[in-house]
Amino acid sequence: MELLKVEGLKKSFGRTDVLMGIDFSLQKGEVLAIIGSSGSGKTTLLRCLNFLETPNEGKITVSGHAVYDSTDKKRKSAKEKRENQLKFGLVFQSFNLFPQYTVHKNITLAATLALKNTAKKEKMTGAQKAAALAEIEAKADRLLAQVGLSEKKESYPCQLSGGQCQRVAIARALALDPEILCFDEPTSALDPELTGEVLRAIKSLKGGDRTMVIVTHEMEFARNVADKVIFMADGVIEEVGTPEELFGAPKSPKLRAFLQKDKDI
Amino acid sequence: MFSSLSEWFSKELPAIGERFVNAFLPESAEEFMTIAESLWSGFTTTLELFALTLLFALPLGLIISFGSMSKFKPLKYLMKIIVWIVRGTPLMLQIFIVFFIPGIVFNNPIFKQDRFLAALITFVLNYACYFSEIYRGGIESISVGQYEAGQVLGMTKAQTFFHVVLLQVIKRILAPISNEVITLVKDTSLVRVISVIEIIKVAERFSSQGLLWPLFFTSVYYLVFNGILTLLFGYIEKKLSYFRS
Repeated sequence: MELLKVEGLKKSFGRTDVLMGIDFSLQKGEVLAIIGSSGSGKTTLLRCLNFLETPNEGKITVSGHAVYDSTDKKRKSAKEKRENQLKFGLVFQSFNLFPQYTVHKNITLAATLALKNTAKKEKMTGAQKAAALAEIEAKADRLLAQVGLSEKKESYPCQLSGGQCQRVAIARALALDPEILCFDEPTSALDPELTGEVLRAIKSLKGGDRTMVIVTHEMEFARNVADKVIFMADGVIEEVGTPEELFGAPKSPKLRAFLQKDKDI
Repeated sequence: MFSSLSEWFSKELPAIGERFVNAFLPESAEEFMTIAESLWSGFTTTLELFALTLLFALPLGLIISFGSMSKFKPLKYLMKIIVWIVRGTPLMLQIFIVFFIPGIVFNNPIFKQDRFLAALITFVLNYACYFSEIYRGGIESISVGQYEAGQVLGMTKAQTFFHVVLLQVIKRILAPISNEVITLVKDTSLVRVISVIEIIKVAERFSSQGLLWPLFFTSVYYLVFNGILTLLFGYIEKKLSYFRS
């Protein structure tokens, strides 16, 4: 069964239709790259998956469980909303790190706050809470090592380069073990010489059963890292397939024109 | 008036000097000590009003700012109208109104016994409205990405506000808040209009007895206190300079 299934997703802002019926599915462990020119709806699609936008129509299913269904008018409880939210992780184009906290605290903050709530509800003992807290901290250390920033643990975001900030943001998203990790043009806000380190960090996450959805303008990267590529144009999926199919033998004229433009630069 | 400049120097200048000394300098150390003490007792009223106003107006301002940013239109416009009225009329007038209304409208002059309370209520409401606009500006200046980051990390709206946004807001609004706080110290002198005895009112009594220096000397109290506040705000600003947002 698919891990993620999106059916008939539609979204418009006022009179502008941004998504006009998106359907796709993703297996566990697959890496999906979404490409397309600006304004094609890639980012809106990603924001819909992460509940930052509410679609007008359609259905989003994760492991057979509907996290969004426009026909279901029943209001979801706060707990259910949070659970659905945490199935997805998102790395933003502009990082959105919390400037007043150290790198380490950026990664542990959300989990620590959640622990405080459960500790109160489930009446955890001091020792249980301390153990859970230690686990959160240890995990942050592991993730920082994974993105190669262990020595920056106590630094503040303003002391880091853009590439380092983005790697912290990746670690922060991973800390909550999302089933599907999304990237919204993760290198678009970076200087060209810094994109490499971020792309390498993302590439190193591939493997095992980590499922990722990456919106990107880096065609080479999409080609190398993705198992499946979606090309979007004007709010619809114009073409979908393996990287070899899309980059090797593009069928749609729009995709051919898009890839040509990329080569021309 | 004077036939020559030298005459002015020899006659008028010493007279000016004498008047100046009489106006500004106490006659004896004893006189100075007694009057400085009465002035201090007046200044404690000033300090009390200042501290209590801040204690209540700072949080109330936050509530009003949430109201004026509310998506619920009636609440939003109600708050905007209150802020308009409070900011649009003189504080002195507001003190009169709060003081007299219970007596005139309800035939129950509750503030006759406690004039200070009337002053405090007016100041809290007035300053909360000014603070609310400063808060609103600060809150709206925080990038939407910070809220979105909180949301995708599964944090509640309250957690995002108190643990992520608030400190960034405080850093941004520190300078305008320090302006308001220093203005508040001086605005407390208005409560004399309903006969609350604060430092200037005390000094005025001495000037009606022919002693002018106490009136001028009150400025020393204001200057020292505002100097301390300025240092305090500078300290907080420095404490928050470790991050950029």
